Amino acid sequence: MLAPASGSRAHADAFVELQKVTHTYGRGDKEVRALESTDLRIEKGDFIALVGPSGCGKSTILKLVTGLINASSGVVFVAGREVTAEPVRVGMAFQNPTLLPWLTLRDNVMLPLKIVAPFRQEYRAKRRSEFRDRVDALLAQVGLAGFADKYPWQLSGGMMQRASLCRALVHEPQLLMLDEPFGALDQFTREELWGIMQELWMTRRPTVLLVTHDLKEAAYLANRICVMQARPGRIIQESVVGFARPRTIALSYDPEFVTLTQRLRELIMRPAKETVQ
Amino acid sequence: MNPQLRRRFASAALIIGFFVAWELLCVAFGIKDIVLPRPSQIVVTLAQRMPAIWPHALQTLYTTLVGFALGILAGVFLGALVGSSKLAYDVAYPLLVGFSSIPKVAVVPIFVLWFGAGTIPAVLTAMILCVFPIVVNVATGLATTEPELEDVMRALKASKFDILSNVGLPRTMPYFFASLKVAVTQAFVGTVIAETVASNRGIGNLMMIASSSFDVPLVFAGLLILAVLGVALYVVFSFIEVRVTGWAHRKDEFAMG
Repeated sequence: MLAPASGSRAHADAFVELQKVTHTYGRGDKEVRALESTDLRIEKGDFIALVGPSGCGKSTILKLVTGLINASSGVVFVAGREVTAEPVRVGMAFQNPTLLPWLTLRDNVMLPLKIVAPFRQEYRAKRRSEFRDRVDALLAQVGLAGFADKYPWQLSGGMMQRASLCRALVHEPQLLMLDEPFGALDQFTREELWGIMQELWMTRRPTVLLVTHDLKEAAYLANRICVMQARPGRIIQESVVGFARPRTIALSYDPEFVTLTQRLRELIMRPAKETVQ
Repeated sequence: MNPQLRRRFASAALIIGFFVAWELLCVAFGIKDIVLPRPSQIVVTLAQRMPAIWPHALQTLYTTLVGFALGILAGVFLGALVGSSKLAYDVAYPLLVGFSSIPKVAVVPIFVLWFGAGTIPAVLTAMILCVFPIVVNVATGLATTEPELEDVMRALKASKFDILSNVGLPRTMPYFFASLKVAVTQAFVGTVIAETVASNRGIGNLMMIASSSFDVPLVFAGLLILAVLGVALYVVFSFIEVRVTGWAHRKDEFAMG
């Protein structure tokens, strides 16, 4: 087990915490500093959105918290322990649905139950009964009832993305990582999926970290929005989003909502203007 | 008539046309049996001498399948090893290319030296010839697995073995089965080469003996047997391929808007 770096301890109320975390890709001349010293705290059951221009380290934070990459310096705590020290159930959804083309939708969604403890011990016994029902119920919740036996390539992009969300949630993750999951969809599908995502979050309450380019999406879904800046990547501002839930698409035309997204937009555009001479 | 059916008819017509043209040209130019026998003669020879040819055909088929089976085992093992990481793939690839570009006929004398003439060198030649397509395809299939698919698994804290069995291997199946079609015909070539050089049984040996006694129709009968066996094996493995990896040969008409 990894010993915590000297002097750093996780805050009691934070489920995810980054302390002075930096990350650098490559070595020598090709060294790219993706993330400048960053502090971030996410409470259990919270919904955080990371917004910012391309290359600002949004996805890097996601990968650090998931333990897919290790921080160059600083410490990442998840559930009070250093990341990778304790297995925390994580669900992940990407911009591509990344469904396995040789499995039916049901088997795709069931994949985490086959891999993750404690479900994997019961997988053989329950795959045709309890797990199957759970998957079918989840598919029904996102509007995919009756499609469980279809293969991914028989479905549209929006349907695949719904299934991908189900796969990220089926094993009741404590932590849900969303890396621009609605980025490749048309606007109507995207807005519909925002509603579904909100409902899923409200009923299951995982801690969510959403990376997105879409300010409307961030304001619609998140409790708190962290605005990031590129080169070097860092968080420049945090905004609390106070709108009551469940939020609706109509809310996005509310003056207060529009003011919020405009302010975020200015924050993201401003540094770019300053550096262009 | 739909396009696929039309293509099949055209293929069949071409094959029949080829033999008819062969027959007619032989008759028209009075070509002797000893140079180029007519297809009808070949078929007659085949029918008359079947009891003599049959054991040899079985021997060739047996040798090919044993060599092929060994080739699959060795090919999958080596392919999994080479494809296990990007590094292994890059490091091993030049050596693989080097080995696979050696003309395999040249290794038959070495096998004869080691194991003596007979079935063993033929089996080994068949194996050597069919192993490389399998290694290269399995390794490529594993090494080109999308990193995002692996990220999904790694975020679930899946072990290396979980990733291999749930993502790597299923994804590699289309590559594997595509290579089997090629490999089985290659194994066939290997068997016949070894039989012509160093064996006293098999179609290759039969053809050698027939040609040294100027029994040209029998030589061509052997060729015909080889063609039929080769096509049959190819068809069997194509069929298995489509059945097992149908998802990789999906048709667009299934897609919904």
